[in-house]
Amino acid sequence: MSQHHAGPASLADPFSSSTRLAHDHAAVSPSSPVDGESAMLRAVESSVVRKIFGGNDVSRRSFMKMLGASSAMAVISSIFPLDAAKAMALDAIGPIEKKDVKIGFMPLTCGTPIVMAHPMGFYKKYGLTEAQPYKASGWAMIRDWAVSGQTDYTQMLAPMPIAMTLGLGSPKMPFLTPALENVNGQAITLRMDHKGVKSAKDMKGFVFAVPFDYSMHNLLLRYYLAEGGVNPDTEVQIRILPPPEMVANLKAGNIDGFLSPDPFNQRAVYEKAGFIFMLTRDIWPGHPCCAFTSSKKFAEEAPNTFKAIFRAIIDATMFSSDPANRKDIARAIAPRNYLNQPVEVVEQVLTGEFPDGLGNMCHVPERINFDPFPWDSMAVWILSQLKRWGYLKGDVDYRGIAEQVFLAADCASVMKEMGFTPPASAYKKHVIMGKEFDPDKPEEYIKSFAVRKA
Amino acid sequence: MNSKSLLLCLLFGAVFLALWQLLAQGSEMPTPGQVASVSLDFLRDPFYDAGPNDKGIAILAAYSLVRLISGFVLASVVAVVLGVVLGRSQTLFAAVNPYIQILRSISPIAWMPLLLYSVKDSEMTAFFVIFMASLWPTLANTAFGVSSIRREYLNVAAILQMKPSEKFFKVILPAAGPAIVAGLKISMGSAWVALIPAEALLGSLGLGYFVWNEWNNLSLPSVIFAILTIGVVGVIVDWLFSRLARRLAYTD
Repeated sequence: MSQHHAGPASLADPFSSSTRLAHDHAAVSPSSPVDGESAMLRAVESSVVRKIFGGNDVSRRSFMKMLGASSAMAVISSIFPLDAAKAMALDAIGPIEKKDVKIGFMPLTCGTPIVMAHPMGFYKKYGLTEAQPYKASGWAMIRDWAVSGQTDYTQMLAPMPIAMTLGLGSPKMPFLTPALENVNGQAITLRMDHKGVKSAKDMKGFVFAVPFDYSMHNLLLRYYLAEGGVNPDTEVQIRILPPPEMVANLKAGNIDGFLSPDPFNQRAVYEKAGFIFMLTRDIWPGHPCCAFTSSKKFAEEAPNTFKAIFRAIIDATMFSSDPANRKDIARAIAPRNYLNQPVEVVEQVLTGEFPDGLGNMCHVPERINFDPFPWDSMAVWILSQLKRWGYLKGDVDYRGIAEQVFLAADCASVMKEMGFTPPASAYKKHVIMGKEFDPDKPEEYIKSFAVRKA
Repeated sequence: MNSKSLLLCLLFGAVFLALWQLLAQGSEMPTPGQVASVSLDFLRDPFYDAGPNDKGIAILAAYSLVRLISGFVLASVVAVVLGVVLGRSQTLFAAVNPYIQILRSISPIAWMPLLLYSVKDSEMTAFFVIFMASLWPTLANTAFGVSSIRREYLNVAAILQMKPSEKFFKVILPAAGPAIVAGLKISMGSAWVALIPAEALLGSLGLGYFVWNEWNNLSLPSVIFAILTIGVVGVIVDWLFSRLARRLAYTD
C-alpha cells in the first residue's frame, strides 16, 4: 500500500518558453529525473539566463518564444561563456566525500525543504545522489542521532544547535546552523471548550504542551504568557509532548492547549479537537522555527559534502518559499515515507488557506514561510530567552556563540554565489509583540522583563 | 482444541466483533469493516519498499524478528551459563540474588536512555533492550533449576569421574532442562513485549515503528491493524518456540 508521491522535479529547461524560472527554479515538472551533474549544468544555465533577463520571467519567455530554444542558447552563449560558468560551478564543490548522507528529520511542515529535497530531486541535483531521509520519533531522538553521528545532517529546532553547543540538555558538542528551514509555521491551539479565551490572562491554570525545552515553541509560549502577565513557571503547566500525542491529549482533555509545530495545529482542527487561537507569526512575524544542522566535526571531515548539501538546502528552501510551488510540495511530502499526513492538512498549512476550527476560513499566506538566512541576532534572542527562563546561567558570550553556531556570513556568500540576494548584515533589531529587541543589548533586554527567572 | 471449544471460541469472536461494530458505529472509533479493509490494503503488498521510512508489513515484521532473535539468543547463552554457575554455589547465589531481583524488576525500556547515551547507536540500543528483557527470567530459572538438581545425579557424575564439560551437557543441562525452558519461554515473551515500545521510541524500523508512524498520522484503523499484527506474530513466535522447546525438554 505504498503511496506514490509526485514525480521528482527536474530542473526545467531555461531555454523553453513554456517553463517558469521563478526564483531561479524550475516548476515541478513530471519529466524524468536528471542525474546530479546535468542538473547542475542546467542550474548554471538557468541562473545565467535569469541574470540576463534580470529575473523578468515574462520577457525571458517571450524572448525564447521569439527565437526558439536552440538559437536563444547560441545567442546567449555568444555573449556569455556558459561552458566556463558551468565548469566553475562544478569545480566550486569538488568531489563529494559521501554521497549516501543520512538526513534526520521530524515529520512536520517545518522541515519542508529538508524533506521535499528528497522526492523533488534537490539532493541529487547537487551530487548527493544517495541521500536518504530518516524519520525520527521525537526531538530527543533527533538530538541523540545527531550526537552519535547516526545522521550526518539533521533538522533541529532552532535553539537546539545552540543548546547542544553549550552542552545544555545534551553532551556538549559543537553544531552548526548553515541555514534555517522555516520562519513562522507554529500556532497556539486551544481545546474547543476554551472558545471564550481572549488573552493570556484567561489561560491561568492551563496545562500546555510544547515539543521540547529547547524549542522556539517553548520560548514563544513563555514570552506570550509573560507579556500577558502570566508567569509560565508558576501559573500554568508546560509539558513536553511529541506533537502527534498533543492532538490526542487535547481530544482526551488532558491538556488545555499547545504551542506546536504544524501540521499538528491544523490536524487538531481537522480532528475537531481544537481551534487555532493564534498563529505565532502574530507574536513575532518572521521568527525562526527549525534549522538545518550539521555537527562541526562532520562539516570539517567532509567539506565538499557540506558545500553540496548547503547549496541543495538553500535551493530547496528558496524553492519552497515560492507560494506557486506549495501545492506540489504538499503532495510530495504528505506520503507515509515522509510526513504521513493527509495532503489536505499539509496543503492548508503550506498555502495559508485554512479553517481555524471556529468556522472561519483564514487567508494568511505568511502562516509559514521558508527563508534560509540564519540571522545571528535571532541566535542572540534565543540565548537571551534561555537565560531569561533559567536554562542558561552565568555570563554569556552572546555574539561569540551566535556567530559560532548560526553561519549567517557563510549563508550570505553561498546565497550570493547562487544568484540570491541575502541581507546585508547578520544582525537586526526584531520586534516581538510590539517590543523591540536590540541584539547589542541582550542583558538589558532580559532585565526589562517583569516576569523572568534570571 | 475440541469441537466444543472451537465453537465457543468462534462464538466469542463473533460476539466481540458485534459489540465492537455496535460501539464503533457513530463514534470516531473505526469499525471492524474499516480495519479489515485497511488490513487488506497492507497485506496485499507486504513486501513493498517505498524508501527508508515506508516499507511493507512483512519487511517490518522481519526487522522486528531479526532484532528479537539476535537479542534473545545472546541473552539466553549468557543467562544459562551464569545461571549454572550461580546454581552450583548456594553461597554465590545467595550473594548475587538481591541484585538479580532488583535488576529484573526494572522495565527493559527504562534502560533505554542510559543505553542510548552510552552505546550511541539506536540499533545497538534496541538490541540491548531485548537483551535485558530476555536475560533475567532465564537466569533466575536456570539458577533455580540447577540448584534443585537431585544430589544423586551429581554424585553419579562424580563417581563416573565426568569431565566438567561432560557433566555440564550430560547431567546439569538435561536435569535443569524443564526449568531452563520455562525461563526461556518467559524471556521470549518479555522480549517481544519490550521490543515494540523500543522500536517506537528509537525510530528503528519494525512493527513498533509502524505503530508509531501510523499514530503520527492518527490513523486508528492502521494502528489497530498494527496491534493485531503484533499479537498474531507474537503468537506464532510463541508457538514455534514451544515446538522447539518440546524437542529439547527432558523429563525424568
